[in-house]
Amino acid sequence: MIRLPLVLSFSAFLFATGVYGVLARRNAILVLMSIELMLGAVSVNLVAFSQALGQITGQVFALFVIAVAAAEAGIGLAIVILIYRNRETINVDEVNLLKW
Amino acid sequence: MSAQEYTFVVLALVGVVSAVRLVTARNVVHAALYLAVTLATVGGVYLLLGAEFVGWVQILIYVGAIVILFLFGLMLTKAPIGREALDNQRRGVAFLVGLAILAGLVFLFREAFPWDGPRIDPEVGTAEAIGEAIFSRFVLPFEAVSFLLLAALIGAIVLSRKDEGS
Repeated sequence: MIRLPLVLSFSAFLFATGVYGVLARRNAILVLMSIELMLGAVSVNLVAFSQALGQITGQVFALFVIAVAAAEAGIGLAIVILIYRNRETINVDEVNLLKW
Repeated sequence: MSAQEYTFVVLALVGVVSAVRLVTARNVVHAALYLAVTLATVGGVYLLLGAEFVGWVQILIYVGAIVILFLFGLMLTKAPIGREALDNQRRGVAFLVGLAILAGLVFLFREAFPWDGPRIDPEVGTAEAIGEAIFSRFVLPFEAVSFLLLAALIGAIVLSRKDEGS
């Protein structure tokens, strides 16, 4: 028997850490890793509420989140490698082709 | 506090410390390994909550596949070592935003879920129940996800392929 607020604070901390990582990092792969951290935090909440309410729907959504995260990581890394091939850098603040 | 809660606190502390190390690491490969530790502890938390299928899927897909994908990405791109090279100049603002989000979330769920409220009873998360749910009520989203994965696969191949003709 685990208290719900314990799990919720764990996931809130993971999410806040992920937000910090997305904002503070300039290497694109590290930004992608921080996004994975945020997705993981959301999935923790989904699973915790699913178990607390005794309904399976939250866990099905957690599985979908994992699948979408895998797709996002694959496409994101392909784009990052393409940018590196063209610009010799993957710092997100130096990639400014679409910046007005 | 029960034994499960102590185990959870230990797991959560390991996960939180390695998450903090992930966003402050000076070496990108170390960051990827800390990501593996964090996601493995998240998988352990799923197992502890009784969601066995999601827990093992998390460990297999994240630690086994996605982190390896990130390591390949790191090998194919040259990243400098050092905090100034990996972080931008807005670290303080980012820290404040993260802190504000943490405070907001804690404030919200302290109102909604009191400490002595309902507890998590590890009951429902067997593979059988998840399989039944996916292949009856969620069969259309499931097919959509498989189509999305196929599209992502083809997209990644098309994007990272070298153009022979041009």
